[in-house]
Amino acid sequence: MAVMDYIDAIRLAMKEEMERDEDVFVLGEDVGVKGGVFTTTKGLHEQFGELRAMDTPLAESAIAGVAIGAAMYGMKPIAEMQYSDFMFPATNQIISEAAKIRYRSNNDWTCPVVIRAPIGGGIFGGLYHSQCPESVFFGTPGLKIVAPYRPYDAKGLLKAAVRDEDPVLYFENKKCYKLVNGEVPEDDYIVPIGKANVLREGDDITVIGYSMPLRFVEQAAEELQQEGISAHILDLRTLQPLDKEAILEAVRKTGKVLIVHEDNKTGGVGAEVAAIIAEELLYELDAPIMRLCGPDVPAMPINPPGEKFFLLNKDKVKEAMKHLALY
Amino acid sequence: MAGISSASKNARHLELGLSDEQAIDMYTNMVKARRFDERVLLLQRAGKINFHVSGIGQEVAQVAAAFALNREDDYFLPYYRDYGFVLSVGMTLRELLLSVFAKAEDPNSGGRQMPGHFGHKKLRIVTGSSPVTTQVPHAVGIALAAKMKKKPLVSFVTFGEGSSNQGDFHEGCNFAGVHKLPVILMCENNQYAISVPVHKQLGGRVADRAIGYGFPGIRVDGNDALEVYRVVKEARDRAIAGEGPTLIEAMMYRLSPHSTSDNDLAYRTKEEVDEHREKDGLPHFKQYLIDCGIWNDELDADLQTRIRKELDEATEYADKAAFPTPESTLHHVYANDDQQGGLR
Repeated sequence: MAVMDYIDAIRLAMKEEMERDEDVFVLGEDVGVKGGVFTTTKGLHEQFGELRAMDTPLAESAIAGVAIGAAMYGMKPIAEMQYSDFMFPATNQIISEAAKIRYRSNNDWTCPVVIRAPIGGGIFGGLYHSQCPESVFFGTPGLKIVAPYRPYDAKGLLKAAVRDEDPVLYFENKKCYKLVNGEVPEDDYIVPIGKANVLREGDDITVIGYSMPLRFVEQAAEELQQEGISAHILDLRTLQPLDKEAILEAVRKTGKVLIVHEDNKTGGVGAEVAAIIAEELLYELDAPIMRLCGPDVPAMPINPPGEKFFLLNKDKVKEAMKHLALY
Repeated sequence: MAGISSASKNARHLELGLSDEQAIDMYTNMVKARRFDERVLLLQRAGKINFHVSGIGQEVAQVAAAFALNREDDYFLPYYRDYGFVLSVGMTLRELLLSVFAKAEDPNSGGRQMPGHFGHKKLRIVTGSSPVTTQVPHAVGIALAAKMKKKPLVSFVTFGEGSSNQGDFHEGCNFAGVHKLPVILMCENNQYAISVPVHKQLGGRVADRAIGYGFPGIRVDGNDALEVYRVVKEARDRAIAGEGPTLIEAMMYRLSPHSTSDNDLAYRTKEEVDEHREKDGLPHFKQYLIDCGIWNDELDADLQTRIRKELDEATEYADKAAFPTPESTLHHVYANDDQQGGLR
């Protein structure tokens, strides 16, 4: 099994799916000749031509809307939003259209589109190249939302998204692109949408999260192990639908839970995870449900102290985990 | 119609390639749409249904455009006043009435959406929503797919002049222009966006906007059925030949209020409406058929009786048809969820 970077796993998933099915194509800003501003689509233009690795005009609502139209016709478009911060002009197409096409037509029309968007900060991107917009779309029935952390899941979830019969938002973390690497099979496999994954087995506390912050959680867990605190880590992988059973099972294991994400705290995915736990497991808890998230400010600043203040890191996560363990 | 044929071989419809039967068929669909519209208004006023949004005054252009398209292959993205259009591409009065009564059998949405939100996959009528002009990028996407799959078809999309101000209109047009896609965009300029008149909606002409996207923009008299037919047909020929999109601005007048919830005399005068009633293309097209010698009052009376009967039957059927079950509200959020509904 090859060890590869997160970004290479995403690219490999697209390449394999485009080889497998000629109806799969990628469209977006700079995804063709340039191969994407992050190189995510590098090589696709050369291999599949300009129609299947299509540079679009700079207009996000059209990127989403055209992809939706093509999907209704029967194609399998992968629409790229260059940064998830620029996805908001396409929100009406995603929420009013893609999410409701099956429902409003009573199962007559379908919209199997994939919309990829890089989320997250830590690259000195300032307010508009750093956001985590998942809570804007979370809670919109009709959409599926995935946010992989490991390269293995990045590849497997993207392939599952392409094959899914419904619209899938694929939030890839731009900080993970070159930072996170891991084993990725070079053959065909999918990671099923809707299934969380236990990253680490432990007995004292449970940490639930998704995307980049899980790196800090893993690092902190390693250190805490030396201090005699054993952490159980659940990677949600899919945000919608949440894997309720896996969440409950992971919390039951330790009776103490910390929920971690970079998106801001209020109204974030963690709030729903906490509500599920509270509804089902309140009397099995040994501590209050805790959350560690981005602060409730519009987005992170570009100045280094400000960005560092906003972002999670290993130390912040470790402190929160320790606090929970000692509760 | 046996025995009656155009007196003149120079009749405009024949020159355009339309047979006498097709010209009469066009007229039939226009009348159907008009009588449907009047019937539904009546049902609303009688308290049988909640809401109606009218297309009266726009049927001529709608029907003419449909006849200029390939009704076996093309994809259609109509907007909410397009009763004449959908009837012309195969939807039945019964199906429209089922939608009006929001019944389970409604092919548009199974009684989920407001009437006028069309969708019928078998007829390639693409499902639509209420936020206006979102369908323009969809039409462009279908045209892109057709180009990629090398299918000789066009997508045809309509919208009002008010909604031609939406970003999705401009983004969709530009995308189609860049890739020279086989899409026909027809603005039904009915002079009003609910209460706001055209001079407060547009600084220029909708048709002229096409210049900025690099394809032809044509303004046409929407009350002139054969002129609309000619323009749409030429646009289709261009699209199929790989010459790209066409924007058509069909000029017309919304004779009805915006909807049954609207009092139009709060913002326009009866005199203005009456003046436009004189220009209504439907009686003019009827007169044209009579002048050609292929139509007369007797045939017209027969047609009206036939449509009346069809409408009565459709109304009764739809009125008596079953509503969707309450529990079906949970179905079809995602694929294969009709056992449990949603994701739960």
